[in-house]
Amino acid sequence: MAFLKIENYRKSFGSTEVLKGVSFELEKGQVLAIIGSSGGGKTTLLRCINFLETADEGRLYLNGELLFDAGEEKSRRTRDEDIRKKRLHFGLVFQQFNLFPQYSVLGNVTLARRLLDRQLVSDKKRELVASGMRGKALKSELALYAAELEKRTNAESLALIERVGLSDKLNAYPCELSGGQCQRVAIARALALTPDVLCFDEPTSALDPELTGEVLSVIRGLKSGDRTMIVVTHEMEFARKVADKVIFISDGVIEEEGTPEEVFGAPKSQKTVAFLSRSAKEEEA
Amino acid sequence: MFVEVTLSLLEGFGTTCLIFIVTLAASLVLGLIIAFGTMSRFKWLKAILKTVIWIIRGTPLMLQVMVIFYVPGFAFRVTLFPRLVAVFIAFIINYSCYFSEIYRGGIESISKGQYEAGQVLGMTRTQIFFRVVLVQVIKHIIPPMSNEIMTLVKDTSLARVILVEEIIKHAEDFIMRGIVWPLFYSAVFYLVFVGVLTLVFRYAEKKLSYFKV
Repeated sequence: MAFLKIENYRKSFGSTEVLKGVSFELEKGQVLAIIGSSGGGKTTLLRCINFLETADEGRLYLNGELLFDAGEEKSRRTRDEDIRKKRLHFGLVFQQFNLFPQYSVLGNVTLARRLLDRQLVSDKKRELVASGMRGKALKSELALYAAELEKRTNAESLALIERVGLSDKLNAYPCELSGGQCQRVAIARALALTPDVLCFDEPTSALDPELTGEVLSVIRGLKSGDRTMIVVTHEMEFARKVADKVIFISDGVIEEEGTPEEVFGAPKSQKTVAFLSRSAKEEEA
Repeated sequence: MFVEVTLSLLEGFGTTCLIFIVTLAASLVLGLIIAFGTMSRFKWLKAILKTVIWIIRGTPLMLQVMVIFYVPGFAFRVTLFPRLVAVFIAFIINYSCYFSEIYRGGIESISKGQYEAGQVLGMTRTQIFFRVVLVQVIKHIIPPMSNEIMTLVKDTSLARVILVEEIIKHAEDFIMRGIVWPLFYSAVFYLVFVGVLTLVFRYAEKKLSYFKV
Protein backbone atom coordinates (compact mmCIF):
# COMPACT_ATOMS: atom_id res chain seq x y z
CA MET A 1 0.00 0.00 0.00
CA ALA A 2 1.12 3.54 -0.75
CA PHE A 3 2.49 5.74 2.07
CA LEU A 4 -0.29 8.28 1.71
CA LYS A 5 -3.60 7.36 0.18
CA ILE A 6 -6.52 9.73 -0.31
CA GLU A 7 -9.76 8.06 -1.24
CA ASN A 8 -12.66 9.87 -2.84
CA TYR A 9 -12.43 13.21 -0.99
CA ARG A 10 -15.52 15.35 -1.35
CA LYS A 11 -16.16 18.76 0.14
CA SER A 12 -18.91 21.32 -0.31
CA PHE A 13 -19.25 24.83 1.05
CA GLY A 14 -22.96 25.52 1.12
CA SER A 15 -24.28 24.48 -2.24
CA THR A 16 -20.91 24.80 -3.98
CA GLU A 17 -19.14 21.50 -4.42
CA VAL A 18 -15.43 22.26 -4.34
CA LEU A 19 -14.03 18.73 -4.29
CA LYS A 20 -15.96 16.19 -6.31
CA GLY A 21 -14.26 12.96 -5.40
CA VAL A 22 -10.49 13.25 -5.40
CA SER A 23 -8.28 10.19 -4.95
CA PHE A 24 -4.54 9.78 -5.21
CA GLU A 25 -1.62 7.88 -3.77
CA LEU A 26 1.87 8.97 -2.85
CA GLU A 27 4.95 6.93 -1.98
CA LYS A 28 7.27 7.81 0.88
CA GLY A 29 9.87 10.39 -0.13
CA GLN A 30 7.95 11.51 -3.18
CA VAL A 31 7.16 15.10 -4.02
CA LEU A 32 3.70 15.74 -5.38
CA ALA A 33 2.94 18.98 -7.20
CA ILE A 34 -0.70 19.99 -7.45
CA ILE A 35 -1.39 22.45 -10.23
CA GLY A 36 -4.55 24.01 -11.58
CA SER A 37 -6.33 27.31 -11.96
CA SER A 38 -7.59 29.30 -8.98
CA GLY A 39 -10.84 28.09 -7.48
CA GLY A 40 -10.28 24.57 -8.74
CA GLY A 41 -10.06 23.04 -5.27
CA LYS A 42 -6.29 22.68 -4.78
CA THR A 43 -6.14 24.64 -1.54
CA THR A 44 -9.30 23.02 -0.20
CA LEU A 45 -7.79 19.60 -0.82
CA LEU A 46 -4.66 20.58 1.10
CA ARG A 47 -6.73 22.02 3.95
CA CYS A 48 -8.77 18.82 4.15
CA ILE A 49 -5.60 16.74 4.33
CA ASN A 50 -4.38 18.96 7.18
CA PHE A 51 -7.73 18.75 9.03
CA LEU A 52 -8.32 22.48 8.75
CA GLU A 53 -11.47 21.53 6.87
CA THR A 54 -13.35 18.30 7.33
CA ALA A 55 -14.04 16.44 4.15
CA ASP A 56 -17.71 15.49 3.73
CA GLU A 57 -16.79 12.16 2.25
CA GLY A 58 -13.65 10.14 1.85
CA ARG A 59 -10.90 8.31 3.68
CA LEU A 60 -7.25 9.04 4.33
CA TYR A 61 -4.65 6.36 4.98
CA LEU A 62 -1.14 7.14 6.14
CA ASN A 63 1.41 4.39 6.35
CA GLY A 64 -1.37 1.83 6.19
CA GLU A 65 -3.29 3.39 9.09
CA LEU A 66 -6.78 4.79 8.55
CA LEU A 67 -6.39 8.36 9.84
CA PHE A 68 -9.61 9.87 8.62
CA ASP A 69 -12.94 8.42 7.66
CA ALA A 70 -15.75 10.88 7.00
CA GLY A 71 -18.24 8.10 7.61
CA GLU A 72 -17.58 7.60 11.31
CA GLU A 73 -19.35 9.70 13.91
CA LYS A 74 -17.71 10.85 17.10
CA SER A 75 -18.61 13.31 19.80
CA ARG A 76 -17.10 16.74 19.27
CA ARG A 77 -14.84 16.70 22.27
CA THR A 78 -12.90 13.51 21.56
CA ARG A 79 -12.69 14.57 17.99
CA ASP A 80 -10.87 17.80 18.85
CA GLU A 81 -8.22 15.97 20.81
CA ASP A 82 -8.02 13.23 18.19
CA ILE A 83 -7.61 15.61 15.31
CA ARG A 84 -4.91 17.50 17.14
CA LYS A 85 -2.81 14.34 17.37
CA LYS A 86 -3.47 13.34 13.78
CA ARG A 87 -2.50 16.78 12.56
CA LEU A 88 1.02 16.17 13.81
CA HIS A 89 1.52 13.72 10.95
CA PHE A 90 1.18 16.67 8.59
CA GLY A 91 2.87 20.02 8.33
CA LEU A 92 1.52 22.98 6.41
CA VAL A 93 3.27 26.04 5.06
CA PHE A 94 0.80 28.80 4.27
CA GLN A 95 0.70 31.21 1.39
CA GLN A 96 0.62 34.13 3.87
CA PHE A 97 3.30 32.60 6.15
CA ASN A 98 1.19 33.17 9.29
CA LEU A 99 4.24 33.55 11.49
CA PHE A 100 3.57 34.53 15.09
CA PRO A 101 4.53 38.22 15.10
CA GLN A 102 5.44 38.46 18.78
CA TYR A 103 7.98 35.64 18.63
CA SER A 104 11.48 35.83 17.23
CA VAL A 105 12.64 33.51 14.45
CA LEU A 106 13.87 31.04 17.06
CA GLY A 107 10.66 31.46 19.07
CA ASN A 108 8.47 30.72 16.06
CA VAL A 109 10.40 27.56 15.29
CA THR A 110 10.54 26.24 18.85
CA LEU A 111 7.14 27.27 20.28
CA ALA A 112 5.10 24.22 19.30
CA ARG A 113 7.97 21.85 20.05
CA ARG A 114 8.41 23.26 23.54
CA LEU A 115 4.69 22.82 24.20
CA LEU A 116 4.89 19.20 23.05
CA ASP A 117 7.98 18.70 25.23
CA ARG A 118 6.00 19.92 28.21
CA GLN A 119 3.33 17.38 27.38
CA LEU A 120 6.00 14.66 27.23
CA VAL A 121 7.32 15.70 30.64
CA SER A 122 3.89 15.49 32.23
CA ASP A 123 3.30 12.11 30.55
CA LYS A 124 6.62 10.94 31.96
CA LYS A 125 5.64 12.19 35.38
CA ARG A 126 2.45 10.17 35.34
CA GLU A 127 4.40 7.14 34.25
CA LEU A 128 7.00 7.53 36.99
CA VAL A 129 4.41 8.20 39.68
CA ALA A 130 2.56 5.08 38.59
CA SER A 131 5.77 3.12 38.95
CA GLY A 132 6.00 4.29 42.55
CA MET A 133 8.56 7.06 42.33
CA ARG A 134 8.05 9.97 44.73
CA GLY A 135 9.68 13.07 46.18
CA LYS A 136 13.21 14.16 45.35
CA ALA A 137 14.05 11.26 43.08
CA LEU A 138 10.98 11.99 40.97
CA LYS A 139 11.81 15.67 40.80
CA SER A 140 15.40 15.21 39.71
CA GLU A 141 14.47 12.53 37.20
CA LEU A 142 11.89 14.86 35.62
CA ALA A 143 14.27 17.81 35.61
CA LEU A 144 16.85 15.68 33.85
CA TYR A 145 14.32 14.53 31.27
CA ALA A 146 13.08 18.10 30.66
CA ALA A 147 16.63 19.38 30.24
CA GLU A 148 17.39 16.64 27.76
CA LEU A 149 14.28 17.44 25.71
CA GLU A 150 15.07 21.14 25.77
CA LYS A 151 18.60 20.51 24.61
CA ARG A 152 17.38 18.38 21.74
CA THR A 153 14.69 20.87 20.72
CA ASN A 154 17.18 23.73 20.73
CA ALA A 155 19.81 21.85 18.76
CA GLU A 156 17.33 20.63 16.16
CA SER A 157 15.70 24.05 15.82
CA LEU A 158 19.03 25.76 15.32
CA ALA A 159 19.97 23.19 12.70
CA LEU A 160 16.69 23.80 10.86
CA ILE A 161 17.15 27.56 10.91
CA GLU A 162 20.64 27.08 9.52
CA ARG A 163 19.21 24.83 6.85
CA VAL A 164 16.88 27.58 5.62
CA GLY A 165 19.81 29.99 5.74
CA LEU A 166 18.70 32.29 8.56
CA SER A 167 21.24 31.63 11.30
CA ASP A 168 22.09 35.33 11.38
CA LYS A 169 18.44 36.24 12.02
CA LEU A 170 17.79 34.02 15.06
CA ASN A 171 16.54 36.84 17.24
CA ALA A 172 14.89 38.94 14.57
CA TYR A 173 11.11 39.40 14.60
CA PRO A 174 8.95 38.65 11.55
CA CYS A 175 8.31 42.36 10.95
CA GLU A 176 12.04 42.81 10.40
CA LEU A 177 12.25 40.13 7.69
CA SER A 178 11.53 40.10 3.98
CA GLY A 179 8.69 37.95 2.64
CA GLY A 180 11.12 35.32 1.42
CA GLN A 181 12.82 35.15 4.79
CA CYS A 182 9.44 34.89 6.54
CA GLN A 183 8.47 31.98 4.34
CA ARG A 184 11.76 30.24 5.08
CA VAL A 185 11.09 30.64 8.81
CA ALA A 186 7.63 29.18 8.25
CA ILE A 187 9.22 26.18 6.53
CA ALA A 188 11.62 25.65 9.45
CA ARG A 189 8.69 25.99 11.85
CA ALA A 190 6.74 23.30 10.03
CA LEU A 191 9.78 21.01 9.91
CA ALA A 192 10.40 21.40 13.65
CA LEU A 193 7.62 18.91 14.37
CA THR A 194 9.08 16.36 11.89
CA PRO A 195 5.82 15.77 10.03
CA ASP A 196 5.44 12.66 7.87
CA VAL A 197 4.00 14.73 5.06
CA LEU A 198 4.89 18.39 4.57
CA CYS A 199 2.37 20.43 2.60
CA PHE A 200 2.90 23.79 0.93
CA ASP A 201 -0.04 25.97 -0.05
CA GLU A 202 1.22 28.21 -2.86
CA PRO A 203 4.33 29.06 -0.86
CA THR A 204 5.56 31.72 -3.27
CA SER A 205 2.30 33.34 -4.37
CA ALA A 206 2.49 36.13 -1.78
CA LEU A 207 6.10 36.95 -2.61
CA ASP A 208 7.66 39.48 -4.93
CA PRO A 209 8.96 37.69 -8.03
CA GLU A 210 12.61 38.23 -7.10
CA LEU A 211 12.05 36.47 -3.76
CA THR A 212 10.43 33.28 -5.04
CA GLY A 213 13.77 31.75 -6.00
CA GLU A 214 15.19 31.58 -2.47
CA VAL A 215 12.05 29.85 -1.15
CA LEU A 216 11.82 27.37 -4.03
CA SER A 217 15.47 26.44 -3.66
CA VAL A 218 14.94 25.76 0.06
CA ILE A 219 11.99 23.50 -0.79
CA ARG A 220 14.04 21.76 -3.47
CA GLY A 221 16.81 21.23 -0.91
CA LEU A 222 14.38 19.44 1.40
CA LYS A 223 13.79 16.68 -1.08
CA SER A 224 15.31 13.55 0.30
CA GLY A 225 14.61 9.87 0.55
CA ASP A 226 12.16 9.99 3.42
CA ARG A 227 10.53 13.40 3.25
CA THR A 228 7.17 13.27 1.56
CA MET A 229 5.90 16.60 0.29
CA ILE A 230 2.80 18.01 -1.36
CA VAL A 231 3.19 21.37 -3.05
CA VAL A 232 0.30 23.38 -4.43
CA THR A 233 1.98 25.73 -6.85
CA HIS A 234 1.69 28.02 -9.84
CA GLU A 235 5.38 27.63 -10.61
CA MET A 236 5.33 25.22 -13.54
CA GLU A 237 9.11 25.15 -13.88
CA PHE A 238 9.40 24.14 -10.25
CA ALA A 239 6.75 21.43 -10.61
CA ARG A 240 8.46 20.10 -13.70
CA LYS A 241 11.93 19.94 -12.15
CA VAL A 242 11.27 18.96 -8.54
CA ALA A 243 8.10 16.89 -8.48
CA ASP A 244 8.00 13.12 -8.84
CA LYS A 245 4.33 13.26 -9.55
CA VAL A 246 2.04 15.99 -10.84
CA ILE A 247 -1.71 16.29 -10.42
CA PHE A 248 -3.77 18.77 -12.39
CA ILE A 249 -7.00 19.65 -10.63
CA SER A 250 -9.83 21.41 -12.38
CA ASP A 251 -13.38 21.98 -11.12
CA GLY A 252 -12.86 19.72 -8.14
CA VAL A 253 -11.68 16.63 -9.98
CA ILE A 254 -8.29 15.30 -10.96
CA GLU A 255 -8.15 15.99 -14.65
CA GLU A 256 -4.72 14.55 -15.21
CA GLU A 257 -2.04 12.85 -13.18
CA GLY A 258 1.35 11.35 -13.81
CA THR A 259 5.05 12.08 -13.85
CA PRO A 260 6.11 15.61 -14.84
CA GLU A 261 7.16 14.23 -18.22
CA GLU A 262 3.71 12.77 -18.78
CA VAL A 263 1.70 15.76 -17.60
CA PHE A 264 3.85 18.50 -19.11
CA GLY A 265 5.21 16.57 -22.08
CA ALA A 266 2.19 14.70 -23.31
CA PRO A 267 -1.00 15.87 -21.60
CA LYS A 268 -4.01 13.74 -22.48
CA SER A 269 -6.85 15.98 -21.37
CA GLN A 270 -7.91 19.03 -23.37
CA LYS A 271 -8.28 21.03 -20.16
CA THR A 272 -4.69 20.31 -19.18
CA VAL A 273 -3.44 21.41 -22.59
CA ALA A 274 -5.43 24.64 -22.34
CA PHE A 275 -4.23 25.33 -18.78
CA LEU A 276 -0.59 24.67 -19.60
CA SER A 277 -0.56 26.89 -22.66
CA ARG A 278 -2.35 29.62 -20.71
CA SER A 279 0.19 29.54 -17.88
CA ALA A 280 3.07 29.40 -20.37
CA LYS A 281 1.77 32.56 -21.97
CA GLU A 282 1.43 34.23 -18.58
CA GLU A 283 5.01 33.39 -17.76
CA GLU A 284 6.20 34.88 -21.01
CA ALA A 285 4.21 38.02 -20.44
CA MET B 1 -6.85 75.60 56.03
CA PHE B 2 -5.03 74.30 52.94
CA VAL B 3 -3.70 71.33 54.90
CA GLU B 4 -7.13 70.56 56.31
CA VAL B 5 -8.70 70.62 52.84
CA THR B 6 -5.90 68.53 51.34
CA LEU B 7 -6.22 65.87 54.03
CA SER B 8 -9.98 65.74 53.61
CA LEU B 9 -9.74 65.50 49.84
CA LEU B 10 -7.05 62.83 50.16
CA GLU B 11 -9.42 60.81 52.30
CA GLY B 12 -12.03 61.09 49.54
CA PHE B 13 -9.38 60.30 46.97
CA GLY B 14 -8.73 57.01 48.81
CA THR B 15 -12.33 56.01 48.18
CA THR B 16 -12.02 57.16 44.58
CA CYS B 17 -8.97 54.93 44.13
CA LEU B 18 -10.74 52.01 45.80
CA ILE B 19 -13.70 52.28 43.41
CA PHE B 20 -11.28 52.55 40.51
CA ILE B 21 -9.17 49.55 41.43
CA VAL B 22 -12.02 47.21 42.36
CA THR B 23 -13.96 48.11 39.19
CA LEU B 24 -10.93 47.80 36.95
CA ALA B 25 -9.75 44.46 38.32
CA ALA B 26 -13.19 42.85 38.22
CA SER B 27 -14.26 44.32 34.89
CA LEU B 28 -11.11 43.30 33.07
CA VAL B 29 -11.88 39.67 33.93
CA LEU B 30 -15.67 39.78 33.65
CA GLY B 31 -15.41 41.74 30.40
CA LEU B 32 -13.32 39.01 28.82
CA ILE B 33 -15.81 36.36 29.90
CA ILE B 34 -18.70 38.40 28.44
CA ALA B 35 -16.68 38.90 25.25
CA PHE B 36 -16.31 35.14 24.85
CA GLY B 37 -20.05 34.83 25.48
CA THR B 38 -20.92 37.29 22.72
CA MET B 39 -18.73 35.29 20.32
CA SER B 40 -20.03 31.87 21.40
CA ARG B 41 -21.82 29.36 19.24
CA PHE B 42 -24.95 29.56 21.38
CA LYS B 43 -27.36 31.98 19.77
CA TRP B 44 -29.49 32.44 22.89
CA LEU B 45 -26.47 33.40 24.99
CA LYS B 46 -25.37 35.87 22.34
CA ALA B 47 -28.84 37.42 22.21
CA ILE B 48 -29.07 37.79 25.99
CA LEU B 49 -25.62 39.35 26.29
CA LYS B 50 -26.17 41.72 23.37
CA THR B 51 -29.40 42.91 25.00
CA VAL B 52 -27.71 43.41 28.36
CA ILE B 53 -24.86 45.33 26.71
CA TRP B 54 -27.39 47.49 24.88
CA ILE B 55 -29.25 48.32 28.10
CA ILE B 56 -26.09 49.03 30.10
CA ARG B 57 -24.47 51.11 27.41
CA GLY B 58 -27.77 52.79 26.59
CA THR B 59 -28.55 54.17 30.05
CA PRO B 60 -26.58 56.58 32.26
CA LEU B 61 -24.22 55.04 34.78
CA MET B 62 -25.62 57.47 37.34
CA LEU B 63 -29.06 55.94 36.89
CA GLN B 64 -27.64 52.43 37.16
CA VAL B 65 -25.98 53.29 40.46
CA MET B 66 -29.25 54.64 41.82
CA VAL B 67 -31.23 51.63 40.62
CA ILE B 68 -28.85 49.14 42.23
CA PHE B 69 -28.87 51.02 45.51
CA TYR B 70 -32.48 52.18 45.83
CA VAL B 71 -34.62 49.63 44.00
CA PRO B 72 -34.13 46.75 46.47
CA GLY B 73 -35.29 49.15 49.17
CA PHE B 74 -38.43 50.22 47.31
CA ALA B 75 -39.28 46.75 46.10
CA PHE B 76 -38.56 44.59 49.16
CA ARG B 77 -38.23 47.20 51.89
CA VAL B 78 -34.69 46.03 52.62
CA THR B 79 -31.35 47.63 51.92
CA LEU B 80 -29.50 44.87 50.11
CA PHE B 81 -26.16 46.57 49.73
CA PRO B 82 -24.12 49.11 51.63
CA ARG B 83 -23.58 52.24 49.53
CA LEU B 84 -20.05 51.42 48.46
CA VAL B 85 -20.96 47.84 47.46
CA ALA B 86 -23.83 49.14 45.32
CA VAL B 87 -21.33 51.40 43.58
CA PHE B 88 -18.99 48.46 42.99
CA ILE B 89 -21.77 46.35 41.48
CA ALA B 90 -23.07 49.07 39.17
CA PHE B 91 -19.60 50.08 38.04
CA ILE B 92 -18.40 46.53 37.46
CA ILE B 93 -21.46 45.64 35.35
CA ASN B 94 -21.19 48.87 33.39
CA TYR B 95 -17.48 48.69 32.68
CA SER B 96 -17.52 44.95 31.93
CA CYS B 97 -19.94 45.66 29.11
CA TYR B 98 -17.74 48.37 27.62
CA PHE B 99 -14.59 46.29 28.05
CA SER B 100 -16.23 43.23 26.51
CA GLU B 101 -16.86 45.12 23.29
CA ILE B 102 -13.24 46.30 23.22
CA TYR B 103 -12.03 42.73 23.80
CA ARG B 104 -14.34 41.43 21.08
CA GLY B 105 -13.00 43.96 18.61
CA GLY B 106 -9.45 42.98 19.52
CA ILE B 107 -10.05 39.25 19.31
CA GLU B 108 -11.91 39.50 16.01
CA SER B 109 -9.09 41.57 14.52
CA ILE B 110 -6.69 38.62 14.77
CA SER B 111 -6.47 36.87 11.42
CA LYS B 112 -7.78 33.35 11.01
CA GLY B 113 -4.31 32.41 9.79
CA GLN B 114 -2.89 32.79 13.30
CA TYR B 115 -5.33 30.22 14.67
CA GLU B 116 -4.74 27.89 11.74
CA ALA B 117 -0.97 28.14 12.09
CA GLY B 118 -1.35 27.11 15.72
CA GLN B 119 -3.72 24.29 14.79
CA VAL B 120 -1.46 22.71 12.19
CA LEU B 121 1.34 22.85 14.77
CA GLY B 122 -0.77 20.67 17.03
CA MET B 123 -1.52 23.34 19.61
CA THR B 124 -4.68 23.19 21.72
CA ARG B 125 -7.28 25.96 21.63
CA THR B 126 -6.13 27.17 25.03
CA GLN B 127 -2.49 27.21 23.96
CA ILE B 128 -3.34 29.11 20.81
CA PHE B 129 -5.27 31.71 22.78
CA PHE B 130 -2.72 32.28 25.53
CA ARG B 131 0.51 31.75 23.58
CA VAL B 132 -0.36 33.29 20.24
CA VAL B 133 -3.48 35.43 20.23
CA LEU B 134 -3.59 37.16 23.62
CA VAL B 135 -0.50 39.38 23.32
CA GLN B 136 -1.60 40.51 19.89
CA VAL B 137 -5.05 41.33 21.26
CA ILE B 138 -3.51 43.29 24.13
CA LYS B 139 -1.38 45.29 21.73
CA HIS B 140 -4.46 46.00 19.67
CA ILE B 141 -6.71 47.13 22.50
CA ILE B 142 -4.36 49.31 24.53
CA PRO B 143 -5.49 52.59 22.88
CA PRO B 144 -9.26 52.05 23.30
CA MET B 145 -8.72 50.51 26.74
CA SER B 146 -6.69 53.47 27.96
CA ASN B 147 -9.50 55.78 26.85
CA GLU B 148 -12.08 53.76 28.75
CA ILE B 149 -9.92 53.43 31.86
CA MET B 150 -9.34 57.19 32.00
CA THR B 151 -13.07 57.70 31.75
CA LEU B 152 -13.44 55.35 34.69
CA VAL B 153 -11.20 57.59 36.83
CA LYS B 154 -13.60 60.47 36.36
CA ASP B 155 -16.77 58.36 36.47
CA THR B 156 -15.96 57.42 40.06
CA SER B 157 -17.38 60.85 40.94
CA LEU B 158 -20.84 59.48 40.08
CA ALA B 159 -20.72 57.51 43.34
CA ARG B 160 -21.55 60.83 44.95
CA VAL B 161 -25.22 60.49 43.90
CA ILE B 162 -25.74 57.88 46.59
CA LEU B 163 -23.62 59.83 49.07
CA VAL B 164 -20.47 57.73 48.89
CA GLU B 165 -17.69 59.80 50.42
CA GLU B 166 -15.45 60.12 47.41
CA ILE B 167 -13.44 63.19 46.54
CA ILE B 168 -16.20 65.38 45.03
CA LYS B 169 -18.43 64.67 48.01
CA HIS B 170 -15.66 65.79 50.33
CA ALA B 171 -15.15 68.97 48.30
CA GLU B 172 -18.88 69.69 48.37
CA ASP B 173 -18.89 69.38 52.14
CA PHE B 174 -16.64 72.46 52.16
CA ILE B 175 -19.14 74.31 49.97
CA MET B 176 -21.70 73.78 52.73
CA ARG B 177 -19.32 75.76 54.93
CA GLY B 178 -19.08 78.51 52.32
CA ILE B 179 -15.65 77.54 50.92
CA VAL B 180 -15.75 76.97 47.16
CA TRP B 181 -12.13 76.52 46.08
CA PRO B 182 -11.70 72.88 47.29
CA LEU B 183 -14.08 71.83 44.52
CA PHE B 184 -11.69 73.19 41.91
CA TYR B 185 -8.70 71.92 43.84
CA SER B 186 -10.12 68.38 43.56
CA ALA B 187 -9.44 68.52 39.82
CA VAL B 188 -5.73 68.36 40.62
CA PHE B 189 -6.14 64.87 42.06
CA TYR B 190 -7.87 63.60 38.92
CA LEU B 191 -5.26 65.24 36.72
CA VAL B 192 -2.38 63.62 38.60
CA PHE B 193 -4.12 60.23 38.52
CA VAL B 194 -4.79 60.40 34.77
CA GLY B 195 -1.28 61.73 34.21
CA VAL B 196 0.19 58.65 35.88
CA LEU B 197 -2.09 56.39 33.82
CA THR B 198 -0.98 58.13 30.64
CA LEU B 199 2.62 57.28 31.48
CA VAL B 200 1.71 53.68 32.29
CA PHE B 201 -0.08 53.18 28.97
CA ARG B 202 2.69 54.88 27.05
CA TYR B 203 5.15 52.47 28.66
CA ALA B 204 2.96 49.46 27.83
CA GLU B 205 2.63 50.55 24.21
CA LYS B 206 6.36 50.98 23.97
CA LYS B 207 6.94 47.57 25.54
CA LEU B 208 4.82 45.95 22.83
CA SER B 209 6.19 47.97 19.94
CA TYR B 210 8.87 45.36 19.13
CA PHE B 211 6.44 43.52 16.89
CA LYS B 212 3.81 44.47 14.35
CA VAL B 213 0.50 42.64 14.03
